[in-house]
Amino acid sequence: MIAALIRRDLAQFFPFTGSGAALPVVFFVAVAMLFPFAVGPDANLMARTGGGVVWIAALLAAILPLEKLVARDIELGFFDQLKLRGMAEEAMMAVRLVAHWLSFGPPLVLATFPAAALLKIEGETFQILLLGLIAGTPGLAAIGLMIAALTASLRAGAALSGLLLIPLALPILIFGAGSLARQDQVSLGFVAAISLALVALAPFAAGAAIRAAREN
Amino acid sequence: MQALSPVLSAHDLACRRGDRLLFRRLSFTLGAGAACHVTGANGAGKTTLIRALAGLTMPYAGEVRREGALGLLDERTGLDPDLPLGRALAFWFALDGVVEADAIMTRLRLDALAEVPVRYLSTGQKKRAALARMVGQQAPIWLLDEPLSGLDTASQGLVSALVREHCTGGGIALIASHQPLNVPGMTSLAIEDYAPADQDEDA
Repeated sequence: MIAALIRRDLAQFFPFTGSGAALPVVFFVAVAMLFPFAVGPDANLMARTGGGVVWIAALLAAILPLEKLVARDIELGFFDQLKLRGMAEEAMMAVRLVAHWLSFGPPLVLATFPAAALLKIEGETFQILLLGLIAGTPGLAAIGLMIAALTASLRAGAALSGLLLIPLALPILIFGAGSLARQDQVSLGFVAAISLALVALAPFAAGAAIRAAREN
Repeated sequence: MQALSPVLSAHDLACRRGDRLLFRRLSFTLGAGAACHVTGANGAGKTTLIRALAGLTMPYAGEVRREGALGLLDERTGLDPDLPLGRALAFWFALDGVVEADAIMTRLRLDALAEVPVRYLSTGQKKRAALARMVGQQAPIWLLDEPLSGLDTASQGLVSALVREHCTGGGIALIASHQPLNVPGMTSLAIEDYAPADQDEDA
């Protein structure tokens, strides 16, 4: 049952198969591409600030899929049907979290290769950036899922979710981008720890949110 | 249909929507083979009752007892709008372990629509697709919310036939509908009989 659900969710959200799902990755690369045009081709400046730009691009790219992430399946009655088959909301949301991360985390990490090349990020900085994104994207996915579930029954949910994600994602951004400035592994550990806590929390918060959404 | 005989019962049930109490002191028991037709004007609380019986919402008071799996049909199909109908149904059929999927598709006259994306289906076709999903589930208790709306005469007869077969096989069906169904022995439950006399009931 779980495997079938993940397959179904991935087909919905994965780049190049789902409708418009490649958008976050395209957006991510587009930001990396535009940045040099905006600040000029100074290789030193870009190498110093590029990592931060990649992190901001990743954070904004994580907002894009939120609109469809939960609200659509509530409208479809999809979660209701799963509930009737004895599945807990928490399990549904855990599955959705895995599918959501798979659909934007790994593609984003892959897209970091061309993005880093465009921003002249090399060597150790590049390594730390990659590791940071691998550690940070699950946390971004978890925040995104919680917000998508909380705002699913609101009329202006999509606009609101973007606003809500930004402050909640700040810790990940601070330690993630901070690890680049200081070139240290300790900040990466913090990113991973924050991600882990969020991933553990998200299915419960999101599950409670979709249960509450039924009541209105 | 299954070893244990199914039961669906409500005891002293009260539900509200927003601040308004829709009905209270509603009790009934349905055993194997029972069909019940819930009637009531728009907004009387038919859908609210069904969702409470399904365990999707908490009733305001009272309790619901269910023995046996539940199948729910309402205005939402549960089918992915972007997928062709055949594949959208196949997801649920696989989940429910359906072996005679083709027979169900033929019965509900959906064969010709298998390649059509769900969002292009008409209202009646979507309703038939949702029926196929529910029939495939093989749940002993059926909750049907307006199963006849949007269906042509032939399909309405088909719904009655499906409910008859379901109940003959020992299943339970609770149907909220404005239209009559041709099911022998079906009891009737008018939800307005349980509406609070006045707002003093709320206090």
